Amino acid sequence: AGGGGPRSDPHRAGFTHCLSSKRSEGARFVRMPKADGDAKLLIQSLNKAYAATPTNLKIIDLYVFFAMVTALVQVGYMGVVGSFPFNSFLSGVLSCIGTAVLAVCLRIQVNKDNKEFKDLPPERAFADFVLCNLVLHLVIMNFLG
Amino acid sequence: AAMAWRLPPLAVLLLLVAAAVAPLSSAVRPVSDAHRSVAAELFAASPDDLETTYEAVRTFKMLGVQRDKGLDGKACKLAAHTLSSSSSPAKDLFQAVQIAGVLGCSVDAGVYDDVASRLKAVIKDTDSLLEFYYSVGGLLSLKEQGHSVVLSDADSTFHAIKALSQSDGRWRYDTNSAESSTFAAGIALEALAGVVSLSDAEVDPSMIGVVKNDIVKLFGTIKSYDDGTFYFDEKYVDGSEYKGPITTSASVVRGVTSFANVVSGKLNIPGEKILGLAKFFLGIGLPGSAKDCFNQIESLSLLENNRIFVPLILSLPSKVLSLTSKDQLKVEVTTVFGSAAPPLRVNLVQVLGSDSKIITTDSKELQFDLDNNVHYLDITPLKIDVGKYSLVFEITLQDSEHETVYTTGGRNTESVVVTGLIKVDKAEIGISENDAGSAESVEKLDLLKDTKVSLSANHLQKLRLSFQLSTPLGRTFKPHQVFLKLKHESKVEHLFVVPGSARQFKIVLDFLGLVEKFYYLSGTYDLELSVGDASMVCRHIHNSTVLFGLALLIILCLLQENSFLRALGQLELDLPEAPEKAPRPPAQAVDPLAKFRPQKEIEHIFRVPEKRPLQEVSLAFTGLTLLPFIGFLIGLMRLGVNLKNFPSLPGPAAFASLFHAGIAAVLLLYVLFWVKLDLFTTLKYLSFLGVFLVFVGHRTLSHLSNTTAKQKTA
Repeated sequence: AGGGGPRSDPHRAGFTHCLSSKRSEGARFVRMPKADGDAKLLIQSLNKAYAATPTNLKIIDLYVFFAMVTALVQVGYMGVVGSFPFNSFLSGVLSCIGTAVLAVCLRIQVNKDNKEFKDLPPERAFADFVLCNLVLHLVIMNFLG
Repeated sequence: AAMAWRLPPLAVLLLLVAAAVAPLSSAVRPVSDAHRSVAAELFAASPDDLETTYEAVRTFKMLGVQRDKGLDGKACKLAAHTLSSSSSPAKDLFQAVQIAGVLGCSVDAGVYDDVASRLKAVIKDTDSLLEFYYSVGGLLSLKEQGHSVVLSDADSTFHAIKALSQSDGRWRYDTNSAESSTFAAGIALEALAGVVSLSDAEVDPSMIGVVKNDIVKLFGTIKSYDDGTFYFDEKYVDGSEYKGPITTSASVVRGVTSFANVVSGKLNIPGEKILGLAKFFLGIGLPGSAKDCFNQIESLSLLENNRIFVPLILSLPSKVLSLTSKDQLKVEVTTVFGSAAPPLRVNLVQVLGSDSKIITTDSKELQFDLDNNVHYLDITPLKIDVGKYSLVFEITLQDSEHETVYTTGGRNTESVVVTGLIKVDKAEIGISENDAGSAESVEKLDLLKDTKVSLSANHLQKLRLSFQLSTPLGRTFKPHQVFLKLKHESKVEHLFVVPGSARQFKIVLDFLGLVEKFYYLSGTYDLELSVGDASMVCRHIHNSTVLFGLALLIILCLLQENSFLRALGQLELDLPEAPEKAPRPPAQAVDPLAKFRPQKEIEHIFRVPEKRPLQEVSLAFTGLTLLPFIGFLIGLMRLGVNLKNFPSLPGPAAFASLFHAGIAAVLLLYVLFWVKLDLFTTLKYLSFLGVFLVFVGHRTLSHLSNTTAKQKTA
């Protein structure tokens, strides 16, 4: 479900207004829409749209967000103290990134609006997610040192 | 060949002599006082353990050396203590009885009876070869000391020992061990000989015949060197058990000689092998360890009068013969301990020069000097020149009956060095101009006298040196080393080989070409001529240690018979100035021996360890890493996560909980993997958990998908 129709779009309205006004005799200046007002409207519409997503997808999104923040914390730590031992840093960051990527794959497969994976039962996708995560973390643990 | 000559001249001389004499001084000589003094040195420390005491006591007895009374008393006490102790093993009893027998220690008769009964009990119970050996040996020693000891049922003991023999003549140590050993064969033969001596009835002669065959097979495994030396060694060199050829050969000699002494008839062993064994033990020379000394002396004393063949050794008291002093070639033929041999003839059948060139082939008989027990021959009529030669001798026993008792080895080869006065004549040294062929100023040198010349030259001139070397028989002599050395006052040295032709030795130093080699150093150069050869050897070196003769050598080797280093004089050399890029002379060591002193300590540079962050910083960031997880949990709660979909029925519920437990177990395994496990153990456990998890997960998730499908259709 996207945002409102073309009629509620302020930019489009201004344009048609401009076009219609061009036909008129007098040149009247178009009043430019305020930027932050538009940004606020955009965020509000995005939030509304997002609220409509199913809960399980929201859980997955939260998980991805949590994994990325953890990765960022680790990168920040490396920036502070230096990259020794490098293998530990890599394994930590790649663990987070890897699990985030797998979660994104799971989201794609579980999303009911995705026509491509219509026939794939979500439990199967979840099983794949769990298995791939376990393999990834085995490798990560080996590389952690 | 022009290299910096680092060693002082005397060291050169000593090296040449040592190189010449060393190969000759390792020749075979019978047991002498040198062996006795070495044995005294090796066994000097008063030993605390029984085995070393036993070896020391036996060795000194065989060599006929008197020991310190205090040491003997200590040995007796140790032996008595071992005999009276009830926990001593058979090996200790055997050695203690032997020590007591040799030293004549006073031990109670009751103690001996007790020891005898204990050893007999060991023989009855054991099946190990070593136990048999020690107990039989102990009983035999008791019998030799005068106690009446009889081994009843000797046949079964004989059979028990014989049962351990193998088809190749070797023996196993007991019925359980798979490998056979030559050392064990020697021990077994000695034990069998002891059983035969101790038995009251005669042992089955057919068994004795079988053992005689075994001995022949054992001698089939003997090894040899090219010079006619024979020895025994194990087939496989096994790390911990390996005893070495000396110990193994000594064991076989003990076994075979003691067996030959107790049985009738002769053993079928060729005389050359017995002689080869004798040469092996004598060829050790002066032994380096106490055990080697004991084995050597015991084997030789057993070979001295054995019933197979008594070896007679041919040896040369002096390997250097001087033509100047008209030395005679002297040859000794003795037993291994130096006792007199039976009447025999020694013939010199062949003289071979270097490269095995035959010099003479007519056989000359050596005359016998009864007082000194030595065969001698005058070598002057042989017209042998200076050099190294191999002499081939042939020994024949005069009494044909002795041929079955003694073994001489037929032909023996020994190498000698013949030295003589090397005449240096027509020696000339001089400076000549570059262009002209003839010498401008030539001085005659008399290299016998100590005259020194004084020459001067510049870089446009040449130095000429020439001389002739001839042997006492008048032939030209080409020694191994003829060097001319120029030494600058700043200690820089240059060495030149003087090339020799058929007529003379001549060297021409063209200073024009040598300017750069001499590093453009002008000044006074000392001239030295050194002539050396392996056969220019001081004749006063005997086969005793080279070091002993060296002192004598330093005094006596100034005659022209020997290698010499002669200072010829001085040369004032005028060379042009060194250009900018000229090579500098190498730095002369202040003390050439400095490189053998302790060097500067090497400081090792280790990799600087990486800087690690402070612990507080690390802990702070660990906390920061956990924060997002807490945020995730809070977010989950805010989203309203619940467990409503958890199956309520007990069956699926169990599977679901097992599924979660399985995942938790895998994660725990990963933590353990990081902490202490290794990859392979982890993979092993993971495979079990993985299979379980797949099964459980499949059940749970299929149940869940069925439930949702039902909900959809419903």
